[in-house]
Amino acid sequence: METGGPRLAGAELTLAYEKRTIAEGLTVAVPDRSFTVVVGPNACGKSTLLRALSRTLRPSAGSVLLDGQDIATVPARRVARTLGLLPQSSVAPDGITVAELVARGRYPHQGLLRQWSARDEEVVTDSMAATGVDTLADRLVDELSGGQRQRVWIAMALAQETPLLLLDEPTTYLDIAHQIEVLDLCARLHEEQGRTLVAVLHDLNHAARYATHLIAMRDGKVVASGPPTEIVTADLVEEVFRLPCRVIDDPETGTPLVVPAARRGAVRPEGSRA
Amino acid sequence: MSSTLRIGASVSVRYRPRALLVGAAAALLALAVGVLALGSGDYPMSTSDVLRTLTGGGSPAEDFIVNDLRLPRVVTALLVGAALALAGALFQSLVRNPLGSPDILGFTQGAGAGALLVVLAGGSSLALAGGAIAGGVATGAAIYALAWRQGVQGSRLVLVGIGSAAVLTGINGYLLTRAQLMDAARAMLWLTGSLDGRGWRDAVPLLIALAVLGPAVLLGGGRALRMLEMGDDAAGGLGIRVERVRLALLACAVLLASLAAAAAGPVNFVALTAPQLAKRLTRAPGPNLLAAMCTGAALLVTADHLAQHAFAGHQLPVGVVTGVLGGGYLVWLLATERRAGRM
Ligand SMILES: Nc1ncnc2c1ncn2[C@@H]1O[C@H](COP(=O)(O)OP(=O)(O)OP(=O)(O)O)[C@@H](O)[C@H]1O
Ligand SMILES: [Mg+2]
Repeated sequence: METGGPRLAGAELTLAYEKRTIAEGLTVAVPDRSFTVVVGPNACGKSTLLRALSRTLRPSAGSVLLDGQDIATVPARRVARTLGLLPQSSVAPDGITVAELVARGRYPHQGLLRQWSARDEEVVTDSMAATGVDTLADRLVDELSGGQRQRVWIAMALAQETPLLLLDEPTTYLDIAHQIEVLDLCARLHEEQGRTLVAVLHDLNHAARYATHLIAMRDGKVVASGPPTEIVTADLVEEVFRLPCRVIDDPETGTPLVVPAARRGAVRPEGSRA
Repeated sequence: MSSTLRIGASVSVRYRPRALLVGAAAALLALAVGVLALGSGDYPMSTSDVLRTLTGGGSPAEDFIVNDLRLPRVVTALLVGAALALAGALFQSLVRNPLGSPDILGFTQGAGAGALLVVLAGGSSLALAGGAIAGGVATGAAIYALAWRQGVQGSRLVLVGIGSAAVLTGINGYLLTRAQLMDAARAMLWLTGSLDGRGWRDAVPLLIALAVLGPAVLLGGGRALRMLEMGDDAAGGLGIRVERVRLALLACAVLLASLAAAAAGPVNFVALTAPQLAKRLTRAPGPNLLAAMCTGAALLVTADHLAQHAFAGHQLPVGVVTGVLGGGYLVWLLATERRAGRM
């Protein structure tokens, strides 16, 4: 925290899998205490960026800075206490219960001689309650629905109790009510607890409504970043997603609302409305 | 499910009563069969006589029979069983597949090739053991290198391993045809896995390896292994140095499997079955390293006892017994995994 920059940032990152380069010269900053949302078409490198920011993927050039220090040089445990990651896909071990899986989020706070403190117990219970999976505590994760499972993984990430939290598509698999519930939870974490959140979302309207800072990516590059009300325009959506659309005000919140253009010929003739 | 043992405010240890119970029961069973085996043979002895002799109170003849002739074999059986089971539990957890065991992934075949080369060169038993270790470790390194693609994925390791096992089985067959008749017989016996005539020489290296690697893996590796089971990204996010931990644990597993093979030959299926058996008995998720080790020791010492005494007048190599039992188990496993849609 010695510098004035944000706690988490990536500078001039080259991200690659073996010889396949996904991004070059990628620079991103996650404003402190923001709810940053990353949007972009499939395969543009959103998950790859989150992997790099969480040190799961080592950049082939450039560096990720956590509190001003190159994250590669920070002890793994300290990173894990500062920054949590909900990967896009994880595997639940065979035969594990919800409570046991959520408890694994406590790993960075534990040690050989300190395997289960009262604090661990409390945080796990709270995390399950916050995500609404407390009633599932003793169920096997294998036997849950996709949406229930997703909320269990979110609970695990919460149990890690990190000031920075990276969530890769936390709302995938969820029905509309649970999507909003998870996003409200994120907003609360950000507003009430002052945590910094980075989430990858596919729903632009959710992104525009919840994000305090939006990063729009395409082909491994940041096309635009800033507050949604300033950057979400029809031109930007067209540029990033190749989708013709109109952007209007969300009647609920006044944030930008993206309405995809109608298929040609599908526009209802004027005055035909019953 | 889990219980917590607390000492003061700062020490808390989590354990599963059921897993501890299974481990303790398996360990007791292993020791009981061991004592039974010490009393069995051409000169039968009662349990109390065996125990008296073990504690130094036997006649010189009894002392010779129990402590010099039979004890090394029983101890070797216990150690080989424990080492194979630990190696198997590590592999299965690391590759997230119940079929991931050293005898299926080619490490055992690699140890076999190393041993056969020594036999062909006319080496001593000690050199044969060395050849087995070298072969196993070299195979481990080769498989790791072949499976490496910016990190090693479990499924790749399984595929490369199964391929290597097939290639090495072919090579071993070829080496056998090149061996002299006498050598070939000796090599065949070794390749089946046998505890015949095992002395302290065979047990000690394994004992040292288990004494050093065992606690390191159980204490240091067990918890990290649990995190790794959730996928590399999730484990990395929790602060595990994924590649480093995986490489270290793989190296331990390869070393244990190779040392076990050096001591008793490639005894098949123990590494495959013991961890799974322990898992079903403990009903706990994740690797149950300690319970698996105790189960492996019990399994092998029992199999060896059966091999020696179940068929009057016929002593079988222990590998035959574990092969038949484990093969049956493998068929069952494949059938149930298929039904569960996991294969
Ligand atoms: N482990 C991997 N090895 C090789 N290539 C990968 C790997 N993971 C992702 N890629 C490639 O990197 C590119 C970016 O992938 P990434 O997962 O970052 O996309 P994304 O923006 O998260 O997409 P989505 O919206 O579908 O999740 C893709 O072309 C993908 O094929
Ligand atoms: Mg993704």
